[in-house]
Amino acid sequence: MELNLSPEYEAFRQDVNRILTENSHLAPGPEDRGMKHPKRLAWQKFLIENGLTARTIPKEYGGYGAEPDLLKSRIIAEEFARTGIARPMGGQGISMLVPTLLELGTPEQKEAYIRPTLYGEMIWCQGYSEPGAGSDLAAVRTAAVEDGDDFIINGQKIWTSTAKQADMIFCLVRTDPDAKKHEGISYVLFSMETPGIEVRPLVDMTENANFNEVFFTDVRVPQSGIVFEKNKGWQVANATLTHERGMLGDPNATKARFLELVELMKAETLNGERLIDNPLLRDRLIKLQGEVYAMQANGLRVTTASLKRESAGLAGLIVKLQGCELNHQIAGLAIDALGELGILYGEGDHLRADGSWQWRYMYDLGLIIGGGTAQIQKNIISERGLGMPREPKPAKV
Amino acid sequence: MEFALSEDQRMLQDSISGFLKDNASLDTIRKIADGNAEAKAGLDAGLAEMGIMGLYVPEAMGGSGLGLLEACLVQEALGYTVAPSGFLAATVAADLLAKDQATYASGIADGEKVFGLALTELASRRDGSGVTADNGRLSGTSLLADVPTGATHVLVADTSGACHVASGWSAKPMRTIDRTRTFQELAFDGVAAEASTQSDPSALAVARLLVAADTLGAAQAMIDKAVEYAKERKQFGRVIGSFQAVKHLCAEMAAKLEPARALVWHAAYAMDTKDPEALVMANLAKAHLAEVGTFVAKTATEVHGGMGFTDLLGLHYWFKRIGVNRQLFGSPEQVRQTAAELQGLVAA
Repeated sequence: MELNLSPEYEAFRQDVNRILTENSHLAPGPEDRGMKHPKRLAWQKFLIENGLTARTIPKEYGGYGAEPDLLKSRIIAEEFARTGIARPMGGQGISMLVPTLLELGTPEQKEAYIRPTLYGEMIWCQGYSEPGAGSDLAAVRTAAVEDGDDFIINGQKIWTSTAKQADMIFCLVRTDPDAKKHEGISYVLFSMETPGIEVRPLVDMTENANFNEVFFTDVRVPQSGIVFEKNKGWQVANATLTHERGMLGDPNATKARFLELVELMKAETLNGERLIDNPLLRDRLIKLQGEVYAMQANGLRVTTASLKRESAGLAGLIVKLQGCELNHQIAGLAIDALGELGILYGEGDHLRADGSWQWRYMYDLGLIIGGGTAQIQKNIISERGLGMPREPKPAKV
Repeated sequence: MEFALSEDQRMLQDSISGFLKDNASLDTIRKIADGNAEAKAGLDAGLAEMGIMGLYVPEAMGGSGLGLLEACLVQEALGYTVAPSGFLAATVAADLLAKDQATYASGIADGEKVFGLALTELASRRDGSGVTADNGRLSGTSLLADVPTGATHVLVADTSGACHVASGWSAKPMRTIDRTRTFQELAFDGVAAEASTQSDPSALAVARLLVAADTLGAAQAMIDKAVEYAKERKQFGRVIGSFQAVKHLCAEMAAKLEPARALVWHAAYAMDTKDPEALVMANLAKAHLAEVGTFVAKTATEVHGGMGFTDLLGLHYWFKRIGVNRQLFGSPEQVRQTAAELQGLVAA
């Protein structure tokens, strides 16, 4: 066990910190709205060129081309968190599609899509879930029927983030209706400009449209958009979902929220008493602190396993379930601690932290459900982590 | 950076677990719980022979000079098999005495001195009991002392939080839910304090962290037993472990305990490396493991159905181990209060 960094990595940390702080004036702020604001695109380019994002993606596709080094990636993430300077672009194109293309894309697809995606010039959305295919993702019904070199696509997707802004979609469609459900799916890339696509915002409990519904009516797209092979889309999607689950439940983000809660409880008073001085609230706070520290230590364990190219086992499988639940509980305590004012939301004079605790309490509930529900996570933990049997399929009648 | 057990640490785990698997079977534990002194003496002798009592004593004082992380691994293995042992008392005593009482510390390593702990005053002062030190003489009573068989000395905390070494006391057993371990009410009648050390928050933190490690082991054993049982027991024509209602209980236990394991490691590493947050982390670990342990103890019993409630499987020994650990050296609320105080979150 050794948690100190070697001098090489300490020097790397200082370099990263220096580059970020010396150039922070180039970073976009909240006022630079729009995913393709020139300042955002320029900042992304700067970060790639300095190896602070797209770090291990080969130069020929527009990345920085460094050898994979998880510790360096971790240091970079920590320095962005520590300095509070605008992070690199994320989104499903960069975090999910690019790794998938690197693994399974044709040379043409890599050439055409990776560079503009990394540079923020091409925005993607993910067409996975459907009204009838949520936890049971392999039940997708959106149909792609061959017509010459094209597919004609009909159907509906739901929970599609950034569909309004997206230039392109990576989409699961059923290309063989007669095959078993996992074997008739293809993973297809096509333009969101294609005629016949309609995007409708899906307003959620936070009052925002974080997601959309996307409708396809006789949408004609080229078959060359298939990634890997026709009817092998399930394997492709599984490769990508691994990337998504890694994004949810980051313990450093949880720790940062916990510290915000501590500050709130020190600063805010109720009936003349600081919230932190209320022994009941303080006890709940320290109880959560135990969980936050446990998840952070668990994260160190997962990182170590990745460094050694070993499986983290249970320590990895539980992150999404525990991390999302813990975030939700932190927001819940903040609301309780604020007492009556905890219900304020949106705008107004007495709003605390811009109403973000209520927003998080709702949005985090969405994350407990999204990306594999808590119940699906428990199936995965018990089956893959504890070796328990799968629920038997009901007999066909 | 590496947050994982080393090869040596895994070997230590294997050797202690291997020994306990053979020498602290449920049969042996039952005998000990029923007061069979021979069974207890056999286990004590075997553990002493493994050299664990001096594990945390510095090498210069004849010990193995290992860290609290290694001590936690041993304590976890003891908890896994619900084995009673003087290891916790020896380790806490070593922590306190190695600082300026080298003769006592070296006695622990060579087995010449066997320490008991009478530290209730550090965590739970009560009206009507308590030990006072007056001109080097100790008087009064200490509750729930952990005094191993054959103890030659006890480390006793007085009402001011200072700790003393004493070798004369009278003991009265205190029956608890856990019959595998003995707890006693000690009375001191003006006996000489042979050595004294100032109040030191680290001793209590060490004791609490070791209890957390013990609960970690006991809870892991309960999960293993529940999963194994659920894979064998059949109802409605299938193993109950194929019902999601049962699988999800097992998943919840594992999901809570796995990060708790990392917390125990991290806290022990922090104590060993004198991290500024070490005492906070040790207290957080104690409180957190108490909560997770209680959840696992209840849930694992439920997975076993009616059998979990009986004496036939002996699962209750683990349930009670965890229940006692939850209260020892302070209930979760008390321990969280300590953690808050250590962080300056409690107004003076």
